[in-house]
Amino acid sequence: MSRLSQERKMAASTWLVRAAFLRSRGKLSHLRTLPNAFKALRLSSSSSDAGAGRHQDKPRYPGISNSYFTEKLEFDDPDDGEAIPVYRVMDRNGKVFDEAHDPKLSKETLQDMYKKMTLLNTMDRILYESQRQGRISFYMTNYGEEGTHFGSAAGLLPEDVVLGQYREAGVLLWRGFTLDQCMNQCYANQFDLGKGRQMPVHYGSKDLNFVTISSTLATQMPQASGYGYALKRAGTGNCVICYFGEGAASEGDAHAAFNFAATLDAPVIFFCRNNGYAISTPTSDQYRGDGIAGRGRGYGMKAIRVDGNDVFAVYNVTKAAREIAVNQSKPVMVEAMTYRIGHHSTSDDSSVYRSLKEVNYWDKEDHPIGRLRQYMESKNWWDNELEEEWKRDARQQVMAAFAKAEKALKPPVKDMFTDVYDTLPSRLEKQYHECVDHIAKYPHEYPTELYAQDK
Amino acid sequence: MNLFQSLTNAMDTILDSDPTAGKDRVFNTPLSEQGIVGFGIGMAAAGATAIAEIQFADYIFPAFDQLVNEGAKFRYRSGNLFNCGSLTVRTPCGAVGHGAHYHSQSVESFFAHVPGLKVVIPRGPIQAKGLFLSSVRDKNPVIFLEPKILYRQAVEEVPVRDYEIPLSEAEILEEGSDVTVVGWGTQVHVLRDVCKMAKDQLGVSCELIDLQTILPWDEDTIIKSVMKTGRLLIAHEAPITGGFAAEISSTVQEHCFLALEAPIQRVCGWDTPFPHIFEPFYLPDKWRCFEAMKKLTSY
Repeated sequence: MSRLSQERKMAASTWLVRAAFLRSRGKLSHLRTLPNAFKALRLSSSSSDAGAGRHQDKPRYPGISNSYFTEKLEFDDPDDGEAIPVYRVMDRNGKVFDEAHDPKLSKETLQDMYKKMTLLNTMDRILYESQRQGRISFYMTNYGEEGTHFGSAAGLLPEDVVLGQYREAGVLLWRGFTLDQCMNQCYANQFDLGKGRQMPVHYGSKDLNFVTISSTLATQMPQASGYGYALKRAGTGNCVICYFGEGAASEGDAHAAFNFAATLDAPVIFFCRNNGYAISTPTSDQYRGDGIAGRGRGYGMKAIRVDGNDVFAVYNVTKAAREIAVNQSKPVMVEAMTYRIGHHSTSDDSSVYRSLKEVNYWDKEDHPIGRLRQYMESKNWWDNELEEEWKRDARQQVMAAFAKAEKALKPPVKDMFTDVYDTLPSRLEKQYHECVDHIAKYPHEYPTELYAQDK
Repeated sequence: MNLFQSLTNAMDTILDSDPTAGKDRVFNTPLSEQGIVGFGIGMAAAGATAIAEIQFADYIFPAFDQLVNEGAKFRYRSGNLFNCGSLTVRTPCGAVGHGAHYHSQSVESFFAHVPGLKVVIPRGPIQAKGLFLSSVRDKNPVIFLEPKILYRQAVEEVPVRDYEIPLSEAEILEEGSDVTVVGWGTQVHVLRDVCKMAKDQLGVSCELIDLQTILPWDEDTIIKSVMKTGRLLIAHEAPITGGFAAEISSTVQEHCFLALEAPIQRVCGWDTPFPHIFEPFYLPDKWRCFEAMKKLTSY
């Protein structure tokens, strides 16, 4: 990680230039798009003497702080003005538009990143297939969203805390979660850190500051606000990144999360992976208005929209968001535009609700891994030979971890009863004994040979 | 028809009776359970027939407030000026073999504690359609729990015609003289096996009852049966503590005290979250129920 922090320093100056650029651009675009009366306010607030007079009689209602009176009956119209733009660094072929925005990550860092992105891909393929063969119960692939995972993960410090949704395996891989750890969780064996209690892909790691995934939707969001607030009070200088989907953003918990973080100035990066679908529900049935980033203003939160398939853009944005979160103690909304190339999960068949043509476009024309690879090839940091070698190596690594995890015993039956509370209540302890006595009475009716012995 | 086809057929029956049905009648919504149920309550209050769907029962809790504080009390709190009785909430529930914490839970007892709601759960395709049509037409908000493992499990001759099965009536599936056995949803099928095992291996005659409606429940049928058999076994997947078996058990104890030949047996999920890899040890399977049957008959 020291390599990375060095690069962070190197990129800092680039960063300042960029931030200034964005600031001026943001202001201009607002002036261009807001209704006339609003422009007057913006001007008067930026130059002290302009716009005085008719706006001297300020509203005194406690519920607003920055408004003014008007005699025009005019609705704020969401159709006025432009949408928030999508920030990108490189084009669909991995060509950087403006050198100043290239985060200039080293060859080693990018090779590492590329390898982990493709390793995730390989793991996804093998675990998806193994579910199809009935060897694990469930799986969710990450296809197409690798840019959002790795770009954001690399833009953070390892001590920043992750509260994820469920499709962020790349973030964990970047932090050092091993293939063995992934496989152990998916096989719910006795080495699974979660003790076999949850479905596959519900990873978690205390060491890597990644709070264990829950299947429920958006529940992690207000928790992220609270977690961030506590970090701020503890003065650790860290922030929380909260991943969620554009579908989850419709949940009541999302609203609570945004409003709490904004009101309590919690250092949280709300990182939306807008991948086009909430299982089968397209974004057109999910919301109106300017996406998720468009809500930032309503909550009094800085917001940005980024090309999620551009790993450099995601990296730059996450780093900048982190600066705001930590240094200004404020939440930031990041909406990463991407596309879920795989089915929602192994329980879903997306051909029912979207065309193969649509999927193919993202797979072939605008893939985060492909874009990074083209960038690396242009620098002579990657080629077909390395690709072939790595492909073999990656497959071998995945297969080895897979075989090992499949063979391992499941956790002991006692693990069903522990951790409900910090200690085992006596009523539950009796149930445990009832359970093991019963199994002992009917040894042939239970698959005990697959489970480790109780200690 | 299997269970999901039977429910689709029942939905068609409802929609066929509405000449305005179209894309604005059956639609996707934003992803918000509290939104879905609150919206449904609003539509129902306006007089429309609203059928809301929550995937899955494990995810119904964001709507808990709307169901418990709003839907259930809409009629009562307004002095019967308003009601949302034409709301039905469909939701798949129960164990499925690999669902872990959040695709397995049985939520009936949470809602059994809420006066104003009705809670219904079918055991198969024929009951599903009849109970569903009754639920939709009932003048009270109904939570219709669908044991998802049964969706594709069995095919039955489901009548294509419109028919109803009355709510709040338990069904006696097998008459017997020694032990009353009560369950609902998937558990009815487990208990059917147990009754057969009891007959074959213990020579015990069981009376098997499917409760079908959890709230308001048919206590008369159960009490009458226990007065005859003197023994009661209740089984459900939800954790034992505070599960609906506790309610049945205490009601039966109040009414059948002198008729009871053995302590009432409850076979349920343990008091833990629904665990993934331990599901075979967690469920009130036929061996655990059979063991309870032995206890009941050898007391």
